[in-house]
Amino acid sequence: MQENILQLKNISKSFDGEMVLEELSLDIKRNEFVTLLGPSGCGKTTTLRIIGGFATPDSGQVIMEGKDITLLPTEQRCVNTVFQKYALFPHMSIEENIAFGLRIKKKDEAYIKEKVRYALELVNLMGFEKRKPHSLSGGQQQRIAIARAIVNEPKILLLDEPLGALDLKLRQDMQKELIRLKKELGITFIYVTHDQEEALTMSDKIVVMNQGYIQQIGSPEDIYNEPQNAFVADFIGDANLLAATMLKDELVSINDTRFTCVDKGFGTNKPVDVVIRPEDVEIMERGKGIFPAIVSSILFKGVHYEIIANGIGIQWMIHTTVYYEIGSKIDLYIKPFNIQIMHKPESEDEAVNHEE
Amino acid sequence: MVKLKDFFCKFYVAIIMLFLYAPIMVLIVSSFNSSKSRVLWGGFTLEWYQQMLNSSIVIGALRNTVVLAVGSAFFATIIGLLASIGIDAMRKKEFSIVMSITNIPMLNADIVTGIAMMLLIFRFMPLGFSSIMLAHITFNIPYVILNILPRFNQMDISTYEAARDLGAGPVTSFFKVVLPDIIPGIVAGFFMAMTMSMDDFVITYFTKGAGVNTLSTMIYGQIKKGIQPTMYALSTMIFAVTILLLITINLITLPKKSGKNKPR
Repeated sequence: MQENILQLKNISKSFDGEMVLEELSLDIKRNEFVTLLGPSGCGKTTTLRIIGGFATPDSGQVIMEGKDITLLPTEQRCVNTVFQKYALFPHMSIEENIAFGLRIKKKDEAYIKEKVRYALELVNLMGFEKRKPHSLSGGQQQRIAIARAIVNEPKILLLDEPLGALDLKLRQDMQKELIRLKKELGITFIYVTHDQEEALTMSDKIVVMNQGYIQQIGSPEDIYNEPQNAFVADFIGDANLLAATMLKDELVSINDTRFTCVDKGFGTNKPVDVVIRPEDVEIMERGKGIFPAIVSSILFKGVHYEIIANGIGIQWMIHTTVYYEIGSKIDLYIKPFNIQIMHKPESEDEAVNHEE
Repeated sequence: MVKLKDFFCKFYVAIIMLFLYAPIMVLIVSSFNSSKSRVLWGGFTLEWYQQMLNSSIVIGALRNTVVLAVGSAFFATIIGLLASIGIDAMRKKEFSIVMSITNIPMLNADIVTGIAMMLLIFRFMPLGFSSIMLAHITFNIPYVILNILPRFNQMDISTYEAARDLGAGPVTSFFKVVLPDIIPGIVAGFFMAMTMSMDDFVITYFTKGAGVNTLSTMIYGQIKKGIQPTMYALSTMIFAVTILLLITINLITLPKKSGKNKPR
């Protein structure tokens, strides 16, 4: 179960002289749900297109199950794609759409019929065989697109922002649906999205990308709790991103206020970046926390209030379920293990990734 | 007030229609007039139609016209389709350059195109039926491209990619997925090319050899000898066929009620 089904080795790709991917390497294990996550233009879709065979890398290799498939045409790869805009064939019925791949492969009609029935059952759209794509809603069309891809029994299913065009409620339903499908089919999913919540909900492994580079690879928990740099911290969820100085192991100074933390090995008096999640900033009575602050705004966000409080020269974003008046004098406290220390970017390339 | 405004709006449109179509109505009426006079009504007759259809000159010209129209439209459609595939794949800059070059022959004065074609074709072959055919194919290509290219632009490229993804090769994908999507443009282009070929006089006149006539050049030749009512009948028929073709084109290119253009 733990072998690599797909390996990308030093993939570079540029369009019109503009570097989209640079020396990208990535291993994907069999039966994993991997999400490529990043802002638009970060190279995630290009990566997916290279895996699908719609684009050829300028250099580097795509290796699937030990074989180099870099130059293999799309139609000969054991992968299928679910496109962002569904890409159903408008002049064909739902049944013809789903059977397209099987008919091309000259399977016999009885087999095709059974497969189509199974696929429609899997996506909960039984009885839609004779309908035309345009008579279906967006969510239904996307399910058909998924059915059309999986009847071909791909080893890897590529999904290019498949839920991007759907509204919030439908998107959440489809996320659950996709997780269920993934379990039932037992194949590898590679999912592209710019929606961090979607990535955190569904993935086994998240690959955070920016400007053609991989920023961090890890489980959703890792990515959220221990971002490796300021970009990841900022892109995934809300964060208080602060410049700080690491005085020594387990002691960090933010605006000349000392905080105990749990990180070691950053050296002494080294400039670092610090990320503190808004829900990890605790509000206490005056005199009981680490430093004083004054509430400057409060917003109701449904599940919680979002409070902005000024203290030690910093605007702190805080998520809390308790209401505080504007102007309240409070203290703030942060538990040592909730302070995440990150290296400052060293090289110029890394610094570029800092933008946005 | 509203009623008066409404009346003037309708009156205005009626006047425009009258100016546009009155001459043709006169022509059509004259073609059924048994009197040879252009001003007197001598009763209804089909005699001119009969005479026209019995004339070997007319039938020969008609045959040439039809063969030219269908033939040139056929070849122009194939060339135009291939050109459209190529142009569609071009980048923005190349795309606009090629499109403006393609559009020049349509804007160019027919007489310039006609003389230019005559000079060019005459260098390589004697003027005759084939030279007209070559000329017609040439000036038809832009009209075909004009009809097909928007279909390519409308088409979602990912349907082609989806076909490839599902195991179809490039050629199969084109015929199974791309072609059904653009076929209305191809048919419309074909009919428009036919109409253009049938309507053309100037370019045909310059590129035809002696003794070869299409309907338009034949009518022109006949008129020099004095206008015969048979020419009214022939013109009426040409007008009718043109109108029919135009209606066909419009019906084909009309967006379907629940097509893929429906906003989502």
